[in-house]
Amino acid sequence: MADPMRIRANVVGDSTEVKVLMSHEMETGQRKDASGKVIPAWFIQNVTATWNGKTVLAAQWGPAISKNPFMSFKFKGGAKGDKVVITWTDNRGDKRTDEATIA
Amino acid sequence: MDGKRREVLRAGGGVTLLTLLAAAGWLPGDALAADWNKAAFETQSLDATVKALGGAAPTQSKDIAFVQTPDIAENGAVVPVGVTSAIPKTESIAILVEKNPNMLAAVFDIPPGTDPAVTTRIKMGQSSNVYALVKADGKYYVATKEIRVTLGGCGG
Repeated sequence: MADPMRIRANVVGDSTEVKVLMSHEMETGQRKDASGKVIPAWFIQNVTATWNGKTVLAAQWGPAISKNPFMSFKFKGGAKGDKVVITWTDNRGDKRTDEATIA
Repeated sequence: MDGKRREVLRAGGGVTLLTLLAAAGWLPGDALAADWNKAAFETQSLDATVKALGGAAPTQSKDIAFVQTPDIAENGAVVPVGVTSAIPKTESIAILVEKNPNMLAAVFDIPPGTDPAVTTRIKMGQSSNVYALVKADGKYYVATKEIRVTLGGCGG
């Protein structure tokens, strides 16, 4: 399984700002290796973020997202101590879930 | 020997936990993986992408803004792009790069309660127009920004 994500969730006014840094190769499937063979695509396809069991963001990604993807977003509500859970799934069916406590 | 047995036990335990979680509805599971819109990610024009996403021709909008997005990016492999939408009832935000092999980079679904603003980092093969495509109240809106990519040693 891939390395853990780094997630920060902070209360900003009446919203919660979430920043996520994932660890993933995000291979496009366009590049070739030294022997001229195409390196197969390997990238995160789906990302979901939930807070108290409610989905606060759902994303579909293509291979054009940078290596070690970063994303940030904000949602209304969220209190200190609540948990934000992020899950990603890549095109090989690998998945990873991490959570962070809102600070 | 002993260590191996432990590994097996741990692996087994992990599977059970995952299964339980999936059963309890905590993990989105395979249903989510199937949500990946393959057709949309294989398109090569804005109109085709909108069509694959299930919409009609998008309207130009001044209510969509790029934030934290450079005019000139030194490294095409990591271009920060932020999109905010001031259109009421924004349901999703998509980011498209005109001259990438496949235009669509990402689609973010914005449920009610989440601010219509996302930031991420994308790859760009070359200088190109970047589109922010917003779906609001069933309609599609678009805004364009040109980002120049300077590759090699001449940038800066």
